[in-house]
Amino acid sequence: MHRRLLLIAAAALTATLGASAGAQAADPMKVSASFSILGDMVKEVGGDRVQVFTFVGPNGDAHVYEPTPADAKELSESKILFINGLGLEGWMTRLEKSSGFKGTVVTASKGVSPREMAEDEKTVTDPHAWQSLANGKIYVANIRDALIAADPDAKATYEANAKQFLDRIAAMETTVKEAIAKLPPERRKIITTHDAFGYFGAAYGMEFIAPEGVSTESEASARDVAKIIRQIKAEKVPAVFLENVTDSRLLDQIAKETGAKIGGTLFSDALSPPDGPAGTYLDMFRNNIETMSEALSS
Amino acid sequence: MIHALIDPFVEFAFMRRALVGCFALSLGAPPVGVFLVLRRLSLMGDAMSHAILPGAAIGFLVAGLSVPAMSLGGFIAGIAVVLLAGLVTRSTILREDASLAAFYLVSLALGVLIVSMKGSSIDLLHVLFGTVLALDDTALILIAAIATLTMATLAMIYRPLVLECFDPSFLASVSPLSSPTHFLFLVLVVMNLVGGFQALGTLMVVGIMLLPAITARFWAQDISNMIIVAVGAAFAASFIGLLLSYYANLPTGPAIILTSGAGYLISMLIGTQGGLLWQLMPRKHLEA
Repeated sequence: MHRRLLLIAAAALTATLGASAGAQAADPMKVSASFSILGDMVKEVGGDRVQVFTFVGPNGDAHVYEPTPADAKELSESKILFINGLGLEGWMTRLEKSSGFKGTVVTASKGVSPREMAEDEKTVTDPHAWQSLANGKIYVANIRDALIAADPDAKATYEANAKQFLDRIAAMETTVKEAIAKLPPERRKIITTHDAFGYFGAAYGMEFIAPEGVSTESEASARDVAKIIRQIKAEKVPAVFLENVTDSRLLDQIAKETGAKIGGTLFSDALSPPDGPAGTYLDMFRNNIETMSEALSS
Repeated sequence: MIHALIDPFVEFAFMRRALVGCFALSLGAPPVGVFLVLRRLSLMGDAMSHAILPGAAIGFLVAGLSVPAMSLGGFIAGIAVVLLAGLVTRSTILREDASLAAFYLVSLALGVLIVSMKGSSIDLLHVLFGTVLALDDTALILIAAIATLTMATLAMIYRPLVLECFDPSFLASVSPLSSPTHFLFLVLVVMNLVGGFQALGTLMVVGIMLLPAITARFWAQDISNMIIVAVGAAFAASFIGLLLSYYANLPTGPAIILTSGAGYLISMLIGTQGGLLWQLMPRKHLEA
């Protein structure tokens, strides 16, 4: 926390110094992103031209977050606020109002076809659209267009950055598809803590089952847990996976009771810190697909 | 019918663990609750459940979601609040409830501060609500040990404790055991809250401690009977609550506490000791 404050202060200071030196063009544009994965995408597209502030940092849970006054201050200074949308950031509306934010709100998932899923007899929209790389491309296009609209001078930079990023996303998509094609079809089943991989499963042909719903907010009932245990036993699901943003105690017990092994940690709603295994959007996919392959192929 | 009651526990180990955990909790916490109720300290349980938060939070920060670390931290924080409140009560004009309130509020705020310093990595609510469906061996052993220790200690300090419930100044005048008894009792309160917080979470554990005890007041007059009824009520609430959670698809912790609450409402109506219905019925005249 302290270090972040210092960094912000340092950044602010350099910005002021830069402005007084008359180097107006070198000033990066301030923008905000709601959570770490989106923040990474904006950094990729914006490059040096934008300075990205991320509300929910590495390993943080974007479903539930309590904004701090520092967040409100950052937001009020931003020209663009990037949110995921699809009901992920319930806390953002209040923050937006209270901070006096005057810029543009950009919903990065605009144009994605949302997945509806049944949860406790209600239909809810699954917000985890970034877990499909095809959707990731839509996010990047939306981010690019928003940045160009706010800062037309640097249109060429943004377009070049976005193109280069889109190419890398496409390459990762090939990697993911190849890795899954290698797995025997009957083993393409995974238990995770909360329903974060619906888009991933639909895009790449993998089945995901989770005791918590799409949001980490709900508490599991005995019936939910019983249902999953029966399912694991009946379908011989080979492995369960933990997530970086949720409580793992329940899954530990499920693994123990069914004999399924714990396959490792998947990154669903947040990146790891930069020095961790999933510091960027693409590294997250690389880490997840390697973890899944390793646990499911053996 | 019998099958419907037993099958979930036969089929699933996690249901058996949850039941064993809740039963162990029901052996220790409700008797402590009975004394809290009789000493008009019912709301202190709630206050103490908040007071253990910063300790649990520090344990969480240091060792992650580790049962022993969080319990030890919570226990230390709870005892610290009890001791400080007692010290202030003795050396200043403040009454115990006021100093306790002051310390628990500070403690709670400190806990929230500590948890959010780490960022909301793992939702605070998960720590606060516990997961009765995910009791591992360490948690079970801890809860069972606390229940055992609680019953042994209660048996040891039973007489002075009962005396203190009804005439604390008399106890103080005839025996030097008054303040050690009081302190030991508060240690039991903290210990049971810490044990229950693994299973039901800090907010719900007060429910399993006090609701059965309050319910028992409508059925029994002397303390030992009240304790028996309270433990029985807690057993029933645990069993029915778990089955409700299984069949009606409800979150488990709230299901258990709400079942206990329903028991309280029913007892309030039909309890033999001052239940509403009995009061409405015409009483038999005493005839010579």
